[in-house]
Amino acid sequence: MSQTILRTEQLKAFYVLDVYGTQKVVKAVDGVDLDIRENEVYGIAGESGCGKTTLLKALAAAIEPPLRLIGGKVIYRVTGERIDTDALSLEAMPEAEVARYMDSGEIDVAYLSAEAKRRLRWRYVSYVPQGSMSVLNPVARLRDTYRDFIESHVSGKTRRDAFGIAKEHIAELGLPPGILDAYPHQLSGGMRQRVTIALAALLKPRIIIGDEPTTALDVVVQRGVVQLLKEIQRKLENTIVLVTHDMGVQANVADRVAIMYAGKIVEEATTKTIFEEPFHPYTQYLISSLPRFGDKSTRESVPGSPPSLLNPPSGCLFHPRCPHAMDLCAEQMPDHVRLDANHRVACWLTGAG
Amino acid sequence: MEKVLEVDQLTKIFSLGNMLSRVRITATDRVSFHIKPAEIFALAGESGCGKTTTARMVMGFEVPTSGVIYYRGERAAKNEKVWLTRGTQVIFQDPFGTFNPLRTVDSYFFETVHNYRLASGKKEAIGLIDQKLRAVGLSFDEFSGKYPSEFSGGQLQRISISRALLTNPTLLIADEPVSMVDASLRMSIVNLFKKLKEELGVSVLYITHDLATAYYVSDRIAIMFRGNIVEMGPVEQVLMDPQHPYTRLLRESIPEADPNKRWSGVVKLTELEQQEYLRQGCRFAGRCPAVMEACRGQAPADVQFGDLLVKCHKYT
Repeated sequence: MSQTILRTEQLKAFYVLDVYGTQKVVKAVDGVDLDIRENEVYGIAGESGCGKTTLLKALAAAIEPPLRLIGGKVIYRVTGERIDTDALSLEAMPEAEVARYMDSGEIDVAYLSAEAKRRLRWRYVSYVPQGSMSVLNPVARLRDTYRDFIESHVSGKTRRDAFGIAKEHIAELGLPPGILDAYPHQLSGGMRQRVTIALAALLKPRIIIGDEPTTALDVVVQRGVVQLLKEIQRKLENTIVLVTHDMGVQANVADRVAIMYAGKIVEEATTKTIFEEPFHPYTQYLISSLPRFGDKSTRESVPGSPPSLLNPPSGCLFHPRCPHAMDLCAEQMPDHVRLDANHRVACWLTGAG
Repeated sequence: MEKVLEVDQLTKIFSLGNMLSRVRITATDRVSFHIKPAEIFALAGESGCGKTTTARMVMGFEVPTSGVIYYRGERAAKNEKVWLTRGTQVIFQDPFGTFNPLRTVDSYFFETVHNYRLASGKKEAIGLIDQKLRAVGLSFDEFSGKYPSEFSGGQLQRISISRALLTNPTLLIADEPVSMVDASLRMSIVNLFKKLKEELGVSVLYITHDLATAYYVSDRIAIMFRGNIVEMGPVEQVLMDPQHPYTRLLRESIPEADPNKRWSGVVKLTELEQQEYLRQGCRFAGRCPAVMEACRGQAPADVQFGDLLVKCHKYT
């Protein structure tokens, strides 16, 4: 098994809102433990409003009010010669943290200064936000966008070098080199999406975090984007954290998949296990409701409606919709139980407790 | 059998640009199809294939450049408000955009009842509304006085379908009804169309880019590409054994929820959409793996094999 590159410990990220003098707390990410390894595609799936995007923001160390990190840790394992230890400003950290970093390369994101985060961004971790086909500056040609990017993150590069790097990078990923002379509006949505992903991969980051990169694209274009992500992963041998609600895409690219429901991970396993032997009732519904070619038998949606994160149900958050709910489910949230080395699930049906 | 809707040689040309440089885009090019009673007919294709333009012409929101629309064998006038005259109702893509956020949802129902003179008193109206809500799995009590923000997207879409049912339509036109609804709730909407077809004999024109749900729910399907119907026929035949190279590409590109069936091979994407619209001959020729000399010169004619219709030079 490869080594861990990114992990979280009981991560809690809440939106704290002040509505007419009363405080409202939206528990978007509540007690998430992740262990993401080197050189894998880690998929996160779940319905809209389940906290997927908030989790990614926490992973990318991009937490800004009203989102707050309430508890837990996000830990990067930063190793390799390309990371400049001076830039991490270790002197500002508590001694125990420095000792751990020296020992294992693990670093708690909460102790990083803003400058250190800036240095790690794109070089160690890249974040491709949702709707990233519209992030490109509409009045700059793509080569200028690339140049800005290179000049601010790579020291000692001239304009000509920057253009060379951009051209080489684009060609390497199989995109037409002519697009560097184009303005964003001249390209289709799928092409812009691929250009943005290519930009995120420019500095060969160890982790690329993609938030719904294939959503709102046509199926053929979607396949092109997935192709690009796979190509990048193959070349850089890095880690891709892929959030999408499209289970078809997950089945196609992910090595392991985590199913998120109302701010918690309810099940995590290898892609094969998730699709063939799902354990959690929610995962079972999710998988069995997918329409398949060659099979017209009736498919049922998950009954009921998604829970409100502002006022979540007691106990297991899925119990109001669960056909197997027991008394215990309404009282207590189950802990994760390992069914085998790669398969863990939070459900009372495992017989735990 | 009588046809609920028949569309004959429907063409729409949009002119873009100014007086000096004018580009004529043929959004739909001689599109013909028909829908039988109690049939779900899917019109599928990628964005920009002309499926929404076709639907807008059928609904009377857009005047066709040429071509005729028949409802039950009667010719519809240009710009006719078919939802008033032809027993047709429309369901739109965005359930949050369908309803005004500042108005209660039930006011839309009372408005429809009033506009169509469906009930003589408030009590009768509530009875009718309750009956239609029950058809989609809701009830009047749990919905009256509430605002759109109090429902989930899936519920709102079901409410929108229920409102359309008030007038006892014979045809529902659903423009991407599930694309904005959560994957976990999608099947509840799609199953509803099946139920309406089986129990009430409603026909549905189901416009979608999602071939998996189209396969699941529809009886016949037409695949559109850049303004043309390239393949049309029974859904089993078209999607399980596609004949047109474009249908094959589309079918292969759908990610299947099965980790044992991953994509292999490299897909060729279009660089500029406009070029494909303006292309002479077959519009798929630039990307087709089986392209021939004839494809670049002349547009292919429709070829009929039993129930199946294919627009490709391979078969001419």
